Amino acid sequence: MDTLNIDYMLGLLPVMLKYLPLTLKMACIGMVAALVLASLLAVVRVLKVPVLNALTIVFISFFRGTPLLVQLFLFYYGLPQVMAFLTQIDGVTATILGLTLHFSAYMAESIRAAIVGVDRSQTEAALSIGMTNVQLMRRIVLPQAARVAAPTLMNYFVDMIKSTSLAFTLGVTELMGATQKEAASSFLYFESFIMVAIVYWVMVEGLSFVQRWMEKRLNKAYQR
Amino acid sequence: MIAVRNLVKKFGGQAVLDGITLEVKQGEIIVVIGPSGTGKSTLLRCINFLEQPDGGEIQIGERKVEATRASRHDILGLRRSSAFVFQNYALFANKTALENIAEGLIVVNGWPKAKAHQRAREILERIGMSEKADAFPAALSGGQQQRIGIGRAMAAQAEVILFDEPTSALDPEWVDEVLELMKQLAVERQTMIVVTHEMQFAREVADRVIFMEGGRIVEQGPPSQLFSAPKDDRTRAFLRKVLDEVPPQCAEGI
Ligand SMILES: Nc1ncnc2c1ncn2[C@@H]1O[C@H](COP(=O)(O)OP(=O)(O)OP(=O)(O)O)[C@@H](O)[C@H]1O
Ligand SMILES: [Mg+2]
Repeated sequence: MDTLNIDYMLGLLPVMLKYLPLTLKMACIGMVAALVLASLLAVVRVLKVPVLNALTIVFISFFRGTPLLVQLFLFYYGLPQVMAFLTQIDGVTATILGLTLHFSAYMAESIRAAIVGVDRSQTEAALSIGMTNVQLMRRIVLPQAARVAAPTLMNYFVDMIKSTSLAFTLGVTELMGATQKEAASSFLYFESFIMVAIVYWVMVEGLSFVQRWMEKRLNKAYQR
Repeated sequence: MIAVRNLVKKFGGQAVLDGITLEVKQGEIIVVIGPSGTGKSTLLRCINFLEQPDGGEIQIGERKVEATRASRHDILGLRRSSAFVFQNYALFANKTALENIAEGLIVVNGWPKAKAHQRAREILERIGMSEKADAFPAALSGGQQQRIGIGRAMAAQAEVILFDEPTSALDPEWVDEVLELMKQLAVERQTMIVVTHEMQFAREVADRVIFMEGGRIVEQGPPSQLFSAPKDDRTRAFLRKVLDEVPPQCAEGI
């Protein structure tokens, strides 16, 4: 094995850091949008809203049942051919859209499970003082479900950060795309890709640290 | 005034409430007794529409609702003019004692938070729980949780408070503090319908005791009459059974 070109690796760092914000931006927007959508889907499932419930089941089944890469290609390359207004869509938007829909399907199921897990007496107490279904979801059930679902949702966020790397297949120059370009011109593939792996790794570990801290805080709330 | 007319509720084809008719005047304290599985909880839950009745009519104040034709608006209206105290307290686990009491005022009545918290503090004061304002339910004893449960019902300023065995999940040491609070409400002539096995409470506090069996009201009357001279054999049998289980000095009260 040839010796590693450490100087080259360190030199890559500033280039990578320049593209890191785009990666984080896609992951964060995707996460927030997926959370909102997933909560709505979960509530529709729990309340068994007519028609919407059936549509939601199909939606979840589709986005869980097909690869994310296929979904991204479908949005970016496929849909504009049949829906003219989508020709404007750029790689970043397509990625965010794909991540949102894909992960919301998974997250909806864990939120739904957490909602169903909230004791029935909580719902009855809320109903008995005259809250509407929407009110009791927002004020009582969802906050309690969030506590239960939080660790799982954090895992999906980690997964989402890593999945942003697929954006490079849509021609987006984010962390992975930038690394790929560097590697192609320097031919130092190992150095480049081990470096990008480390950057993802550090990012995810940092997040896990935040996660543990958050869980501690969340759990403290209901205890003596 | 609260009135229930010909109320029917079926579970799996079987009538658990078999035509209940009951009128409760404002300020009246009703105690409902009867064997297990007789439909006592179901009666309270139907009045609050936690169960959808299969027939009959429910009236609270001016609002008269035919059970099978109740609109969303009717149901919310009935729930807002009645309050429920649960056997297992059912406090909101994600809210403090204070927030549990203020929640309905904020969300249902649309009060500003400050005003609702102010009222909740007054209620905490009345139920002797001011010190625990910021405690979460998990940090409270059963008796304290149930007092907060009653406080939450008081905040609603409902026409009637429905109590479903409010002390039967409690360790014996906490029963008295909850009964005391209920007596205090009775003195203030808060209309209430109480399902309980606490016969002593029924004797002392009730204006009228109702004996239910098999989804029907078998007999009703003032406690002095019902406990000492029940007319129906079934009432007599039931009373003999429950009063045998308590020490004689309690049983001889009246
Ligand atoms: N959700 C339900 N589904 C099916 N059956 C039910 C349901 N709720 C109550 N029942 C049945 O209805 C009958 C009356 O129940 P209810 O809880 O009203 O009795 P109760 O008089 O309150 O008894 P207890 O003193 O044990 O609390 C029982 O036979 C019970 O099994
Ligand atoms: Mg019961």
